Amino acid sequence: MTSAADASPLGGAPVTTAVIAIGTGRPRRIPRPGVWAAALFLALVALAAVAPGLVASGTPDAADAADALQAPGAAHLLGTDANGRDLFARIVFGAAPSLLSGLGATAVAVTAGTALGLLAALGGRVLDQVVMRLVEVLLALPTLLLALLVITVTGPGTANVILAIALYTAPGYARLVRAQTMVIRRTGYVEAATSLGLTRGRIIARHVLPNAFAPLLVLATIEVGTALVAAASLSYLGLGPQPPAPEWGAMLSGGRDYFSVAWWIAVFPGVAITLTVLSITVVGRHLRRLVEGRTS
Amino acid sequence: MTEPAVAGLVTGSAADPETEPIVEVTDLHVSFGEIHAVRGVSFAVRPGECVAIVGESGSGKSVTARTLLGLTGDDARVRAGSFRVEGADASAFGERRWRSVRGRRIGFVLQDALVSLDALRPVGKEVAEALRLHRPVPRGAVAGRVVELLREVGVPEPELRARQYPHELSGGLRQRALIASAIACHPRLLIADEPTTALDVTVQAQILRLLAERKRTGTALLLISHDLAVVAELADRVLVMKDGVVVEDGPAERVLREPDHPYTRRLLAAVPMEHAKGTRLSVAEGEPPRTITPPVPGEIVIEARDLVKAFHGRPAVDGVSFELRAGETLGVVGESGSGKTTTARLVLGLLAPDAGSVEIDGRPWAGLTAGERRELRRHIQVVYQDPLSSFDPRFTVRRVLDEALGVGGEPRATRRDRAVELLEQVGLDASVLDRRPLRLSGGQRQRVAIARALAPRPRVIVCDEPVSALDVSIQAQVLDLLADLQSELGIAYLFISHHLGVVHHVSDRVLVMKDGRAVEYGDVRQVFTEPRAAYTRELLAAIPRLDAVSTGLPTRRAS
Repeated sequence: MTSAADASPLGGAPVTTAVIAIGTGRPRRIPRPGVWAAALFLALVALAAVAPGLVASGTPDAADAADALQAPGAAHLLGTDANGRDLFARIVFGAAPSLLSGLGATAVAVTAGTALGLLAALGGRVLDQVVMRLVEVLLALPTLLLALLVITVTGPGTANVILAIALYTAPGYARLVRAQTMVIRRTGYVEAATSLGLTRGRIIARHVLPNAFAPLLVLATIEVGTALVAAASLSYLGLGPQPPAPEWGAMLSGGRDYFSVAWWIAVFPGVAITLTVLSITVVGRHLRRLVEGRTS
Repeated sequence: MTEPAVAGLVTGSAADPETEPIVEVTDLHVSFGEIHAVRGVSFAVRPGECVAIVGESGSGKSVTARTLLGLTGDDARVRAGSFRVEGADASAFGERRWRSVRGRRIGFVLQDALVSLDALRPVGKEVAEALRLHRPVPRGAVAGRVVELLREVGVPEPELRARQYPHELSGGLRQRALIASAIACHPRLLIADEPTTALDVTVQAQILRLLAERKRTGTALLLISHDLAVVAELADRVLVMKDGVVVEDGPAERVLREPDHPYTRRLLAAVPMEHAKGTRLSVAEGEPPRTITPPVPGEIVIEARDLVKAFHGRPAVDGVSFELRAGETLGVVGESGSGKTTTARLVLGLLAPDAGSVEIDGRPWAGLTAGERRELRRHIQVVYQDPLSSFDPRFTVRRVLDEALGVGGEPRATRRDRAVELLEQVGLDASVLDRRPLRLSGGQRQRVAIARALAPRPRVIVCDEPVSALDVSIQAQVLDLLADLQSELGIAYLFISHHLGVVHHVSDRVLVMKDGRAVEYGDVRQVFTEPRAAYTRELLAAIPRLDAVSTGLPTRRAS
């Protein structure tokens, strides 16, 4: 939250091009240049997460007091921080932990939400009431506050951040899956499958889930961005991976005190977060248009 | 091109309003981009005359009707040799001039009154709008005139009805309200596009009587329909359209009795009411009419006893009993809300009855374990009205059939061959295997649905309105296919339809339903020739007929 608010105005120029790409009206088969750029950027981030050594030379933790607070230049592409660590290397090596929280939280939330949604839709009236009231309680609580509460209880760390974010994003997926399932179970093809004599489990696995999944996947690709920002926010507050681990939210936080003398320490991790989230949103919207174009 | 225009001018100058055409169009062409929807259509409608345009979907009949109201839309290109509305050259009309024609000179009645009426306004307001717009009566008299109009079209308690919203009225009353608004300004021509297609047969008869009444008082009618029998009741002149071209044009009597064009003959041959069971409906040109030998009925495959099912305290099915034997067809007929589909769902074991029992092959649904039920389901399959929604949208035809064959216990290795075999059985070839049902035509989809139903080698197929969404000639092919499969495989059909003609054609025995009860149950000949129940007589009397035209069969007009 805080980090996104800090970062977005600073990442000005690339934002505008991305926004133009988002604003396309009609579904198109051939992606626009904006979508291509976003996909390319995501590929680069993914590569950095999987094999950071291929993208950046050097190590993220190599401190050199003589090199501290270097401005971006030929020696250090994005400059150095107060400990003289290379920012570019830190951002590249930070991709994995930064993405891990967002993606992990989304994966956990989708899985838990799907299970809850199916349970509510197919488990009978009582179970539906119990699950949906629980979901509503979770949705009613302020999101970041809930996450803070969880981490206060469990203590900081990546796994706990994932758990905290998943706890408040899962209800959204649960609702979507429940609604989808309710619709799909009344469709002609489910009745046709029942009449054929398929087992209940098979019908759910073969017809209900895959058909409910398309909109779920679209929601998830867009929500990954939100989860990333949430994870970065928690790291910014010092509740995520602990220093000296390179994590974008934590780096942003670390640059806060030096902002007047070395703006790059805070700005570049912020730009990394912003561009990643924007790219995910752009690609996600494109996927949604493809899905909608296919079904209508 | 100029000749008809000149002729129009000459007759126009010496116009006699009694005989001068209200609308006259020659060599009309309408195209939407690459699609040439209407090609060279010419006709005229005179006062007191009913002209009918008959055709299947995509024939261009509705586009032709809309052109007469200037409603083709911006993306259409309209070209005509001459196009005159009450003698004036309509090709030069602007939007403002068209608005003065619509409603005032030419009224328009659409098919589905529920979507054509504004859901957020009482129907009285809807009727009043035409009056306020064109001002045939002073403002103060509008409310009174609305009630008068509703009474004129046979709406009971018009003062009350005028205050009700479309969803509070039955389909028949909605259609009447729509006609009331169309005739509010006494247009000289009424265009009705499939005015009775969505209606039950008794309501259809009432609407047709109402239209005949308007015609008798001098209003000209242009009737658009796919149903030759409906047209036969009203039309003086019939145009048969196919692929945008008028293939036949002449007096109704002549076109319906001695059709010139093979397509018209095919359409007439496809009317199921006029042909008893065993006659082919889809006849290829030059081929002698063939018959299909129905199998001799065997042992009982469905036995339903005293079925009762209520929803929210209202009985949907109330004490229905019947039996169905192998190789036999039992037709279940009734109007909307009569409990036909609920009966089907009870028979299929998809609903549990409140009382009574259903036995399939001597085994009752009640008291079976989940596994035993699944096993029993193989014996009874189903074909729905809308095949598209009965297929998983992600599935190709191959996966659809593969799943059904898997349930039937077919080993994986032979499934492909069996799938191709099934497709051949329903008249499709293997090329459709990798296509999704969305990319198939309506007739092809229904064939795939039948192939799927056949896959587990069932004893019975429940057909719930299987041909109601299909064009007449496709309907004929599908009905013939079902008859062929019955004679080959000895399958029994529980055939549900609101269409008496279709039920008459396919059934050995008939169950007539009304308000959840079986009002009549017996042999098809007995039910259609000597009905015992008053309701059956009412239904039969309401069927629009081609009459004794062309078929040589005695008319079975009851009453």
